[in-house]
Amino acid sequence: MKNQNQLFKLQQKMKKPVRKNKKIKKELTIDQKISRRNFISFTTFGVLGATAFGGWRWLYKAPDETAGITAGARAPLRRALNKTELAFRKVFSNNNLVKTYPKSMAATNVRHNTSIGADSKMDLAAWRLNVTKSTGEKLQFTIDQIKSLPKTELVFSFKCVEGWDQIQYWAGVKFIDFINHFGLQDQTKLGYVGMETPDKAYYVGLDMPSAMHPQTILAYELNEKPLPGRHGPPLRLIIPVKYGIKNLKRIGTISFSNERPKDYWAEQGYDYYSGL
Amino acid sequence: MLIYWANDEYKITIFGHTYVRFFPDWYYNLLHIPARLAEGMAFHFLFMWFFTLNGILYIIYTLVSGEWRELVPQKKSFKEAFLVLLHDLHIRKMAPPQNKYNAAQRIAYTAIIIMGIGSVITGLAIYKPVQFYYLTWLCGGYHFARIIHFALTLGYVFFFVVHVVQVILAGWNNFRSVISGFEVVDEKPKPIIQATAEDEKAG
Repeated sequence: MKNQNQLFKLQQKMKKPVRKNKKIKKELTIDQKISRRNFISFTTFGVLGATAFGGWRWLYKAPDETAGITAGARAPLRRALNKTELAFRKVFSNNNLVKTYPKSMAATNVRHNTSIGADSKMDLAAWRLNVTKSTGEKLQFTIDQIKSLPKTELVFSFKCVEGWDQIQYWAGVKFIDFINHFGLQDQTKLGYVGMETPDKAYYVGLDMPSAMHPQTILAYELNEKPLPGRHGPPLRLIIPVKYGIKNLKRIGTISFSNERPKDYWAEQGYDYYSGL
Repeated sequence: MLIYWANDEYKITIFGHTYVRFFPDWYYNLLHIPARLAEGMAFHFLFMWFFTLNGILYIIYTLVSGEWRELVPQKKSFKEAFLVLLHDLHIRKMAPPQNKYNAAQRIAYTAIIIMGIGSVITGLAIYKPVQFYYLTWLCGGYHFARIIHFALTLGYVFFFVVHVVQVILAGWNNFRSVISGFEVVDEKPKPIIQATAEDEKAG
């Protein structure tokens, strides 16, 4: 028994910390713990806050993009717009159709925002639709040629970037019908369609899938009558998968290209694609 | 918000009389804001990602940490929230007992999450109404979805104002606890032996 007790004492001795050089850590008092944790959390809060504020200042003061096909937006924001378009393009399908309404719901007083490119005086009888193929070959069509194709009617809600939307009743030829009838199928393998007013004052660029959407029409009627003066006679674009800014009035020239065609509002800071 | 400043599309009209126009002219003049729609849209379509990601991360955190139990309203919360309101307006003296958050907070902090989800859904419904036609349908159509989206935005402004005022009123220690995650309470040790009247006289 005695031996055993001695052994036990020896063990107890050995358990004691042997580190002599190192300072033994003192247990922190409650107040110390509080101030330490406060320091850590407030430092984190401050750093995160400063980062957020700095990030915002950086973005707000970021220089504009180099003017080209698109212009007028801060460079990082333009990058974000383009990336966002790529992300949302994955859900784009020509099977998704814009909601249509009965004709009775269509507005009689059809809203009109601007007439850029369609306000100059023009002899409607002399108007021709010019098509420039990617090869440089040029074609011309009269309004009667276009009207001879099957007519497609569309009553849908026209949407403006400014926030308004209105149910409108348009009619014309499906762009895809126009392409097929005049043998332009090979052109649809390219990336983009460009459209321009005869006076070249207004112009839009469209990605090919949106142009090929079955509800994209070259419209020559509004509320069952030829396009009235302010709405781009004799032929305008109605493209429900895009905001109003892309719905060019009075088409002069249609062209095809793999490069993005120039676009009036994309040069003024708006999203190039503006898809819906 | 720049988006809503481009064109006064939003107004409250009852029986043909427009009561409020969003936004009134004095508002534009006060803040010196010109119409900068393109800029507003560009910011909006970047920050929508942060908004959504932040919301998703927050919801995941509350679920994983179990904090949601402190945040989700209980059966009694709706009744109690009114008492909290009366208390905060200094109409009633006592506030109902609470845990980490009071009944009004539970409702507010859960409502803001539902509003956030609503903003994302109505946002997608008006951002891509052709591609997400089912969401647009769910939100009662494009036009209505846009109004909800706008109303929710006003809701955030209201929440923000009340929130900041309440934080200021609650004082420094409360704000400190918001940042650090713990509250400091000075608890005076309770005397084990009750002081008697005689002791007090003697003292």
